[in-house]
Amino acid sequence: MANIMIQRDSKGGYQFYLPKRDLEDGIDSMEFDTPEKWGGEIKLSGGGTYYIEPQPAPARLPYSVRAKRIDAAE
Amino acid sequence: MTAMTREETQALIQEVLEVYPEKARKDREKHLAVNDQSVEQSKKCITSNRKSLPGVMTIRGCAYAGSKGVVWGPIKDMIHISHGPVGCGQYSRAGRRNYYVGTTGVNAFGTMNFTSDFQEKDIVFGGDKKLAKLITEIEGLFPLHKGISIQSECPIGLIGDDIEAVAKKSSKEMNKPVVPVRCEGFRGVSQSLGHHIANDAIRDWVLGNRDTSAFETTPYDVTIIGDYNIGGDAWATRTILEEMGLRVIAQWSGDGTLAEMENTPKAKLNLLHCYRSMNYISRHMEEKYGIPYMEYNFFGPTKIENSLREIAAFFDDTIKANTEKVIAKYKPMMQAVIDKYKPRLEGKRVMLYVGGLRPRHVIGAYEDLGMEVVGTGYEFGHNDDYDRTIKEMGNATLLYDDVTGLEFEEFVKRVKPDLVGSGIKEKFIFQKMGIPFRQMHSWDYSGPYHSYDGFAIFARDMDMTLNNPCWSQLTPPWKKAA
Repeated sequence: MANIMIQRDSKGGYQFYLPKRDLEDGIDSMEFDTPEKWGGEIKLSGGGTYYIEPQPAPARLPYSVRAKRIDAAE
Repeated sequence: MTAMTREETQALIQEVLEVYPEKARKDREKHLAVNDQSVEQSKKCITSNRKSLPGVMTIRGCAYAGSKGVVWGPIKDMIHISHGPVGCGQYSRAGRRNYYVGTTGVNAFGTMNFTSDFQEKDIVFGGDKKLAKLITEIEGLFPLHKGISIQSECPIGLIGDDIEAVAKKSSKEMNKPVVPVRCEGFRGVSQSLGHHIANDAIRDWVLGNRDTSAFETTPYDVTIIGDYNIGGDAWATRTILEEMGLRVIAQWSGDGTLAEMENTPKAKLNLLHCYRSMNYISRHMEEKYGIPYMEYNFFGPTKIENSLREIAAFFDDTIKANTEKVIAKYKPMMQAVIDKYKPRLEGKRVMLYVGGLRPRHVIGAYEDLGMEVVGTGYEFGHNDDYDRTIKEMGNATLLYDDVTGLEFEEFVKRVKPDLVGSGIKEKFIFQKMGIPFRQMHSWDYSGPYHSYDGFAIFARDMDMTLNNPCWSQLTPPWKKAA
């Protein structure tokens, strides 16, 4: 489990940030992206995969959340 | 020498790597790259933020340097204790020329060195008592200080002193903040982790202190984050922002005060110059207080103009109109600078190797003078820094991460730049080779280089160095006839 931060990038997509490792990456896809259900598996542009427990979408970004690492790129 | 092709640059890297044993070669190979603007993500071409190899000459610092030297040190009205043996504080004392206004020793302490001077007995029996006594003494001798930060040196982490407990107790006694910073030098691979630790300490111990107190805000409150006022950089930046009609409520941390930092959450926009050392706190403020942050670049008129317009876009039309006025006002002045120096500098080639933001930020300033940056690298940059660099650099130029002494020398010998910009440790090697050199950490005791005022000085300094007649008189010792 790791603390991650999800934020908006300049193009309006999601961006992933892992403070512990200073890792900044784009998010290619998020499994659930509706106001009621948000999260699930997220795929990073760099190739990694993380899992956020599905939950109602945060009111405001950036948003820090616990995530499980399923597959890291490096 | 004309620009190198991609193949030539790649061949150069391979040639330089040949002297290493195989294992070292494999490792170093990942840190050297030929720039390719089509690459979106730097990690596909360059590895960064990894441990330096034992046996190579690295130019990196430690976590203590990142915390005390960079982030905390310039806060002028706090006393920063170098907690541990005397050397770390003494040899890094006032070395960064973070200018400030104030009376040193009375209400400002920037150039002073406070240390607990650990002896053998403190290592054996622990130094907490000594630290508590030191803080009491400071309070007696310098009653006008606004707070204390305890910057740990290596032994503190090794012997496991509880500086947090001392900090809490002393803070209660004095009724002033005492911030323990766990920035022992052995943490992390470079000063970069020190920045992170320092940012986290600010977040945990300083930032929320005035959340409930009243503060008169205006819609135009901004902060300057990640400008350390080297040679007066932050002041030059501040004047421009104020001319735009903005109100600068905090400077982080050059010429900054504790109160300014505590009031930062009341700003409307955080302006982030050094992304590497202060993005952590900016991200935190964006999440907790909803203050957006914006990276800007105040090197060279082209970049300044772009940045000013981007900043103005956050505000209303009055600011936007003011910004255009500011740009129009400085344009002829900057054109005069360019007209004067460009003919003397045009076509010259530069290699850089610096720290946090300069390897990419100063490229624009050189380009304004008609110069070309042919190689650049970070001491302690991360992949996100290289992501931002790739777009700034030309194709087939050299990128080197945590470059070793040997590699840098060999690159310079082969690429033959007209100017090298790096730090004091590299300066004399290249000067003895007969290559003009500027220190890009301390601006070679000149400055400011930021903002419009700074560009004029920057251009003058580059001309002064490059066109100095002394270079033709120099023969490196190894080329002299015996």
